Parts: sequence; structure tokens; C-alpha cells
Amino acid sequence: MTDFAVELSGVGKTYRFFSLDNICLKVPSGTIMGLIGPNGAGKSTTIRILMGLVHPDCGEVRVLGHRMPAEQVAAKWDIGFASEDMRLYESMTLGWHMNFVQSIYPNWDAAYAKLLLKRFGLVADQKIKGLSHGQRVKATLLLMLARRPKLLVLDEPTTGLDPVARHEILRELTDVMADEGRTILFSSHNTHDVEQISDRITFIDRGRIIDSMDKEVYLDRWRRLRLEVPSGVDLPALPGVIEVKRSGRLAVAIANAFVADLPNAYESSGARVHAVENMTLEEIFVANVEYSREEVEA
Amino acid sequence: MDSVANLLISQADKRPMYLQIMEQVKQRVAIGDWAQGQPIPSIRQLAVDLGVSVITVKRAYLELEREGVIVTQHGRGSFVAENRDLGTRIREEELGQHLGQAARIGAQLGLGFEDLASRLRATCDRVADKKEEFV
Repeated sequence: MTDFAVELSGVGKTYRFFSLDNICLKVPSGTIMGLIGPNGAGKSTTIRILMGLVHPDCGEVRVLGHRMPAEQVAAKWDIGFASEDMRLYESMTLGWHMNFVQSIYPNWDAAYAKLLLKRFGLVADQKIKGLSHGQRVKATLLLMLARRPKLLVLDEPTTGLDPVARHEILRELTDVMADEGRTILFSSHNTHDVEQISDRITFIDRGRIIDSMDKEVYLDRWRRLRLEVPSGVDLPALPGVIEVKRSGRLAVAIANAFVADLPNAYESSGARVHAVENMTLEEIFVANVEYSREEVEA
Repeated sequence: MDSVANLLISQADKRPMYLQIMEQVKQRVAIGDWAQGQPIPSIRQLAVDLGVSVITVKRAYLELEREGVIVTQHGRGSFVAENRDLGTRIREEELGQHLGQAARIGAQLGLGFEDLASRLRATCDRVADKKEEFV
């Protein structure tokens, strides 16, 4: 058993209008990794590669110690995978699907499945075609969770859900983590979900990984400073500051490598620091995408 | 021990989640709901109860440990620190933070010490008045 549930190194894949470039991604066992990025950034392609559904042009992929895609059959016993394009049989009931999955996977936990039915407010006798989008997502998740897989891979699990359903699903995912041996990798552009439940965050934009690290460390590196700049004072360019916006005598500086000395450095330049604020992941997301695109184009 | 699910992470609260967790643990200690030496939930358990990531709770516990509010014994779990004055100390720290904030804003407004002191006195009077009304 490795310390990493998922390991991608130097993975690349070129399509006609899009390419994934040198993707290196490690997900430690027992943690939740949130994969975040704009639409079309390469999140789903990365997930499909690590699931063995897409063959990369180069690089190495290991999932639960198995080389992918070569050993995907062995790996998939212990992986639960859900994506939006997954289909259930419309004319069959949820109960039929539960029996079907149970017949394949010996780890199926019938008591847990029953509990999930109740928690998700689902009815086993109902046919799939009568289910709402939220109910379908929950049904898919139930079929996966009740197998108790070691690794859960979820592509946009909360997209298009109402707040209650989203909450139920996040709760179920964090519940899984009561067992230290289990790992979750999920993608989302809902930054709030990622901020709430991830231990680590990976940012993808335009086919490249921009950042991948511990969530607390990551959130802590970003700060917004509200400054008052008296006339005649020029703000110095300080290390770790990626953006300064001025409007009259007020200025807002954004730092992506904040250190405790930074406010003092501004003060000694003659500016007044009115506030040093933490940023939400959403604010960081937007600032980071803009900044990294400027860097690439510069 | 009470169920811990009573801690609340608020989205309307702009502070990071680990600070919210720290503050609520401190509050429980300050008011005596969590007694000295009492075991508190494991990091993983609290993460599950709150529906937040393990790393966030871990960070809160590390900082609480650094501040001397809790102690963590390897293999045994975490406990409220054995310190008689802990509740008072937590409240005094809180007071210190608010006073610091008041001093900074006062300086930004160009208020001198006497101005600030008289405003504090007026505020104290108002609070005291309210107390008389309610008691």
C-alpha cells in the first residue's frame, strides 16, 4: 500500500483544441482533494485519465498502487466513480440497481445502503425515469457509497443541486472520512464546497496545474490589504504582492505570499494599513486565474 | 460530554473556519461547559460532526494548543488544559483584542487618549444602564 491514493506524474494529453500539460498530482491516502478550475480547464480530462477512461500521451498514472490504465480492472474494485454523464437504467427502479451493484461487489453494505436511502429521502421502488436531477445524483452516490470503496472520485458532484441536496451530499462525503483509510478526489467549480470539505486543493487552468497544496496553508498565504495612500506617497512594489488597485487615496493590495511583515513594509513607505483581510477561496480563485494568465502571456 | 455538533460554522462569518472553531471551543471553556482536564472530541470526529475537512480542525487544535487552551497527548487524544484561570485568561485576551482594535480605529480618527478614554467611559455607562433595565 502506498501513501498516495492517486499519483500522476508528467501526464500529458493533446487534443486538437486543448491539451493537458505535465500534470503532476498526488493525493495522500485519508484526505479529501478538491480539484478546482474554470470550465474547460481540464478537470474532467484529468479525472478521466486517472480512471483509465482516457489514455494519456505521456506520463505515469497510479491509483491505489495500480498502474493505469493497464491495471484498471484490479484498481476499480476499490474505486467509486461518479460523473454527470453516468446513466442509470431509466425503466428500472433504484432497488433493482442496488441489487445489481450488490451482485457484482462483495463489499456491498446493505445496512448502510438502507441508511443512505433514508438520509437521502429516496424510495427503492421508484423508477429512475421519475427521479429529479438531485435524486439521480443522490441515487448514483448511494450506489457508490454502499460499496465502501477506498477511493471516491467525483466529477462535479454538487453541480445543479439545490442547497439542501448539496448539504446532504457534502455531509455524506465528510462522514466517509471518519474512516482514515479512505480518500476522496472531487472536482467542482463551487469554491465554497471545496473550501469547506477539502484537506488539499489543486487549481487547474488551461490544462496546467497552477497550485496544489494543503488548504489551510494555501488560504493563509492570500490576504487583501486595504491601504490609505497620502498624496505624494508612492506605494513600493513588495514581494508576494500580485496586484494593487488604486482609487483616489485608497488602495487594495492582494498578496499571494503573505508574511507578517508586509503591513509594516507598507506603513514604513508612508501608507496607512486600514485592514488586513482573509480571502475566501472564491476570491482567491478569481485573482489566481487572472494572475496566472497574465504570467503566461507576459 | 455533550454532543459536539453544537459548534456552528457560519458562512456569513467572514473569518476562516479554523478561527471560528477556535473561538467556539474557547467560548465553551470560558463559560465552563468544557471543564478543565475534560476530554474533547478527536480531530477526525469533530471534522465529521461539523462536515468540514480534517485539516481545518487540525489547524484549530494546533493553534489552541499553542495558546495553552487544550493539550494533546499522543495516542490519548485532546483535553481542555488544566489551568484554573483559563476561562478568565481567554476573556481577558478577548478584551485585549477589542481594546487594540479600538485604539487603532481611534488613531485613524485622530482621537487623543483623553477623547478615547471619555468615549470608553460613556460606553461603560450605557452598558451599565442597559443592565439595570434588564435585571
